[in-house]
Amino acid sequence: MHEASLAGGILQLIEQTARREHFARVTHLRLEAGQLAGVESRALRFALDALAPGTLLDGAVIDIDEPPGEAWCMDCSHTVTIAQRGDACECCGGYRLQPTGGTELKVIDMQVEDL
Amino acid sequence: MCVVCGCADSGDKGATMEGGHAHPHHHHGHAYMPANRRVSRRAQAGPDADAPAPAKVDALSGDLHFGAGAARVSVPGMSQSRAIRLEADILGENGRIAARNRARFAAHGVTALNFVSSPGSGKTTLLCATIEALRARAPQWPVAVIEGDQQTTFDADRIRATGAPALQVNTGKGCHLDAPMVAEAFDRLHDGKMGARSLLFIENVGNLVCPAMWDLGEAAKVAILSVTEGEDKPLKYPDMFAAASVMLLNKIDLLPHLRFDVQRCIDFARRVNPRIEVLQLSAVTGEGMDAWLDWLARTAAPASIAGLEAALEDIVRSTAT
Ligand SMILES: Nc1nc2c(ncn2[C@@H]2O[C@H](COP(=O)(O)OP(=O)(O)OP(=O)(O)O)[C@@H](O)[C@H]2O)c(=O)[nH]1
Ligand SMILES: [Mg+2]
Ligand SMILES: [Zn+2]
Ligand SMILES: [Zn+2]
Ligand SMILES: [Zn+2]
Ligand SMILES: [Zn+2]
Repeated sequence: MHEASLAGGILQLIEQTARREHFARVTHLRLEAGQLAGVESRALRFALDALAPGTLLDGAVIDIDEPPGEAWCMDCSHTVTIAQRGDACECCGGYRLQPTGGTELKVIDMQVEDL
Repeated sequence: MCVVCGCADSGDKGATMEGGHAHPHHHHGHAYMPANRRVSRRAQAGPDADAPAPAKVDALSGDLHFGAGAARVSVPGMSQSRAIRLEADILGENGRIAARNRARFAAHGVTALNFVSSPGSGKTTLLCATIEALRARAPQWPVAVIEGDQQTTFDADRIRATGAPALQVNTGKGCHLDAPMVAEAFDRLHDGKMGARSLLFIENVGNLVCPAMWDLGEAAKVAILSVTEGEDKPLKYPDMFAAASVMLLNKIDLLPHLRFDVQRCIDFARRVNPRIEVLQLSAVTGEGMDAWLDWLARTAAPASIAGLEAALEDIVRSTAT
């Protein structure tokens, strides 16, 4: 369950930012987990819920954007959408695809409150 | 301005009580969040200013909001809300330490390889066989091993029995090695033992899923797939095979007893990674080991040159100051 490690990483990022920016809690957190990023967003949400009580994330609304996977086809030179690695190019049917989008896993922004 | 999503129409200061979303908008990707969950979470955070509220919610006048959020709006001295844009990679900290590991490996002339596979595909058996084979073919080429498992030191003991230095990292409940673990293990391993051209084998925790995501600073990931696991694994666990430079198809001595279509397996691997190299071998009979040792020699050569360059740069820099 690597989503638990990732949730820990997210909290760590937030705590670091809180030391720098001096806020007391997060009310709204927006994450990006691209569809090719290797993360199950339901599992990530579950892990964050388990972690949140008593932390800066307690009670925060969490949005997870899931931009679709995009890949460049080495055979037909088109950029196509794919649901997962190993999918065929919807344009030419080939499999020589290089993912170009939907691979990122990041904290985009958050709304915070001071004490 | 709405500070979370950057749109320009919110009268923030007066409307910040619920995270500054006092205007109805649906343009920043709430679509993936089930509605019931949004409501229940808001019950803790305050009134749901982000939900599809009656169309005429006005942040400045706040009429509709007043009823919904009276308590929080009217309490004097309520906290100030503001937004912070981070755009930060969640694995960024691991990535920074992995980059530091990579620089250290290069400076030491160490070629580090991260062995990933499901449990029991033969990682440790192959490492032992490789160490023995290298001793015959390239005795001047030192090898050290970092062994990752949740529990036990069995695998490190097996490596040490070959005479190579090994260090066991037990991850406890953790299902993968991360860059800080490898940094610490390398601290302990490398004092004096790793020469100008050496190999560091890192056996990751047996798991075909998440070791793909954690960069350890390795020169390459080596994915091992044994033929007893079925030829469909590259498609079922695509991230791992996409992240690997080479797939070692192990236990080919068992092929006569199985229904395993080697070519189909290779085709599947190439679908998720058009550039992946594939080698077939048996860690038990030694079949295919020569090609594997050739691959090691090829992969390690440029690393040792880069390591030499990095070391030279260090010397130049330290003498310049
Ligand atoms: N027939 C055959 N058996 C093999 C081969 N390689 C490994 N095995 C056997 O497979 C079993 C598991 O091997 P290990 O080397 O412990 O596998 P591992 O990937 O290190 O396992 P974990 O560290 O537990 O994930 C052992 O019984 C090995 O003897 C091979 O090439 N052929
Ligand atoms: Mg092992
Ligand atoms: Zn195409
Ligand atoms: Zn907005
Ligand atoms: Zn919002
Ligand atoms: Zn893991």
